Amino acid sequence: MLELLQGPLLISILAGMVRIATPLLFSAMGELVTQRAGIWNISVEGTMLLGAVVAYVVASTTGSPWLALLAAVLACALISLIMSFVTIVLKAEQFVAGLALNLLASGLTLFWFQTYVIGREPPKFAGFDQVDVPLLSDIPFLGPILFSQRLLTYFAFLLPVAVWFFLYRTKYGLEIRCVGENPKALDVKGLSVGWRQCLAIMFGSLMSGFGGAFLMLGYSDRFVPDLIAGRGWLVVVAIIAGNWMPFRVVGAIFIFALLEAVAIHAQVVGVSIPHHFFLILPYVASLVLLAGLRSRTHQPEALGVPYSRE
Amino acid sequence: MVRPVVVEELLKVRNLTKRFGAVAANDGVSLDVRKGEVHCLFGENGAGKSTLSACLYGYYRADSGEIVFKGKTAELNSPADALRLGIGMVHQHFVLVSNFTVLENIIVGSSDVGVFLNKSEARRKVVALCQECGIDIDLDREIWQLSVGEQQWVEILKALYFGAELLILDEPTAVLTPQQSDQLFRIISGMRSRGLSIILISHKLREVMQSDRVTILRKGKVVATVETAGSTAESITALMVGHKVTKHVRDRSVMPAGEFLSLRNVCAKGDWSEDVLKDVSFDIAKHEVLGLAGVAGNGQKELFEVLMGVRAASSGGFSLDGEAIVAPTSREMLDRGVGFVPDDRFLEGLIPEFGTAENLVLGWQRAPEYRRGPFLDRRKLGLLARKKIEEFRVVTASADLPVERLSGGNAQRVILAREFLHARGLLLANQPTRGLDVAASEFVCEKILEKRAAGFAVLLASEELDDLMRLCDRIAVIFKGRIMGIVRPEETSLLDLGMMMAGDAKEPERTVQ
Ligand SMILES: Nc1ncnc2c1ncn2[C@@H]1O[C@H](COP(=O)(O)OP(=O)(O)OP(=O)(O)O)[C@@H](O)[C@H]1O
Ligand SMILES: [Mg+2]
Repeated sequence: MLELLQGPLLISILAGMVRIATPLLFSAMGELVTQRAGIWNISVEGTMLLGAVVAYVVASTTGSPWLALLAAVLACALISLIMSFVTIVLKAEQFVAGLALNLLASGLTLFWFQTYVIGREPPKFAGFDQVDVPLLSDIPFLGPILFSQRLLTYFAFLLPVAVWFFLYRTKYGLEIRCVGENPKALDVKGLSVGWRQCLAIMFGSLMSGFGGAFLMLGYSDRFVPDLIAGRGWLVVVAIIAGNWMPFRVVGAIFIFALLEAVAIHAQVVGVSIPHHFFLILPYVASLVLLAGLRSRTHQPEALGVPYSRE
Repeated sequence: MVRPVVVEELLKVRNLTKRFGAVAANDGVSLDVRKGEVHCLFGENGAGKSTLSACLYGYYRADSGEIVFKGKTAELNSPADALRLGIGMVHQHFVLVSNFTVLENIIVGSSDVGVFLNKSEARRKVVALCQECGIDIDLDREIWQLSVGEQQWVEILKALYFGAELLILDEPTAVLTPQQSDQLFRIISGMRSRGLSIILISHKLREVMQSDRVTILRKGKVVATVETAGSTAESITALMVGHKVTKHVRDRSVMPAGEFLSLRNVCAKGDWSEDVLKDVSFDIAKHEVLGLAGVAGNGQKELFEVLMGVRAASSGGFSLDGEAIVAPTSREMLDRGVGFVPDDRFLEGLIPEFGTAENLVLGWQRAPEYRRGPFLDRRKLGLLARKKIEEFRVVTASADLPVERLSGGNAQRVILAREFLHARGLLLANQPTRGLDVAASEFVCEKILEKRAAGFAVLLASEELDDLMRLCDRIAVIFKGRIMGIVRPEETSLLDLGMMMAGDAKEPERTVQ
């Protein structure tokens, strides 16, 4: 156990944490904006899966990870229109719509996987390369942890600041929060509630697309159907545990990511405890966090309530 | 009251109809609003006043009819259209974001803050507006920290900020104290003298009589439009209900006898652990109505909560029918036959999504008479609902229509029906006539007197001092959580009451038994 804390290994664990946190940060910041607009979009898991599948297909046919990313993000933005239509126009139960989308995504993926992937020669595809930030990556200890990552990771770490700034320092952020708290208050000022919710859902899906694509293109070398492995659900938990505040959500995500990084390294180092025990750590942590942080004071008041005038 | 020399119509409504399912909330309504006039809409609960306002504001789309604004036909498909034309509105129920600050609530959705929320310009504008209107409010406090009266000011500021030419005020004074209402009327007359028009909805005759013209609605139809100057409160009321409303007075031959509720030195803390009740002591006998007079926010709400067992007294206590009540729960109080009409109807009095039938048995849903085995007896509930809807004249499409769809006054009647039905012995009523039309409030007064005659002890808090004076055997005045004195109406003038409500120390502390 102690060897986990030695220099190179510690660096490796922390660098792993940063890497693992990347897709979670994308999805969580997207979902946070969606939820602040009052929409419980629990289809994060399915959307990430869709992003990963599309990224895999495009990357292996074109060979360009950037094209793959673009395609994944666009696909997720498109699929979000279904969610918008069902929840905003038809005003259906958001929870059910999200569940349905998740089932659809996992079902279609399995079907596609069994028909086109299994039993064939896995195609070659190129993922993202590591980008060392000049000078900064040479800082001892911190350099390899923070500044020898994939390009998208740097974006992911800037994202919470951007989202915070958007929500609390811009007019549009104020409007989005208003929609989540009391949509009528914005409606009576003559501004469209539906459009804002639609855009918020789209932003959320787009970010989940980034998350899913990064999982695929960042570190994997082949596709497996359980690539997402509940990370979409962890994101939803992180938002609740983070009490809908951007930086607290980030804190929750770091806890999950750290535990997963530890689990992976424990496996490599070969600790005597069965490694399955480590693998369940993030999920146990999510339960503990949910039970421990019960304050929901910043939960948007109209979260999950379809809005209509009459 | 000077009428404008040139009569210029700002707004013309022709044959407006709006239906909700089978209910015609507005049925061929025609209305003219002149430039620079205060036009009052007056009518029973459910007459369609709020619906008409919402149609004029583009919030609802009228099914048919024409709206002409400044000589041009107006297509009002959303509030955006109304705002563009210069029509503003204050809604009957608050439309505020409770964890936004006052300033944020005012500026959200306005175009003059810039992308990066430059609030300083907006703040200057709001501060100027407050000064002009004499509104004293901290712009940086969040809404949930404000009293209902202050929240109403925020709503009014929101509307004024947009600078409308026609301002629709839907019962703006329902939650204001008489002093605050006077202030609002000063603001309104200032606006009128600047040539703005106001549509005002109110159930208080004192306020209706300050308008220029009154349009009386009944069951979605216009009964008449009259000049206020040539009318009296009685004639307007008669037009509204179709007959004269007699004010009931308590029967003095029935004397209160036998202590029922008695409070001794009750102290309690508020939501921010400040002292809200200080040494409150009084008794109420059977056959007695004790009035509780006071400006809203002086501890009335907390006093009712203590008596209902939802707020713990920090010291002191009370007894009911000679039995000391220790650490009560609301369940216990209900079982002891206490009826309670809370002042916030949708927050504490009703489940907005439930229908009338279900709301009528709320709290008593386990009583054997409403059950068949473990199930609710739907048939009995339906029968009960039908009976109460008729008795309390609740206007609703069906017993299952969610009560949030009822007009404000009708929702209030559902609560009253429930509490009057189930109470045995003690009735606690906090502002029971708030938002009720003239006839309905008289009906409630009559019901309270019936309970008194039947031997109930009644605690009645109201801002309608006239009502207190004629219904109550004694009136306790509360100020800053302290009972300033308990007086008999026949030995007290309204002026005395007013002074005690303002905490006037010159008034020697008086208490009658
Ligand atoms: N959204 C709705 N769905 C169904 N019925 C409605 C809806 N809104 C109003 N109604 C019905 O329309 C009628 C008119 O309601 P409205 O709120 O306009 O009355 P009001 O005159 O404002 O009454 P109050 O004085 O009690 O506020 C009522 O019978 C009410 O039940
Ligand atoms: Mg109304």
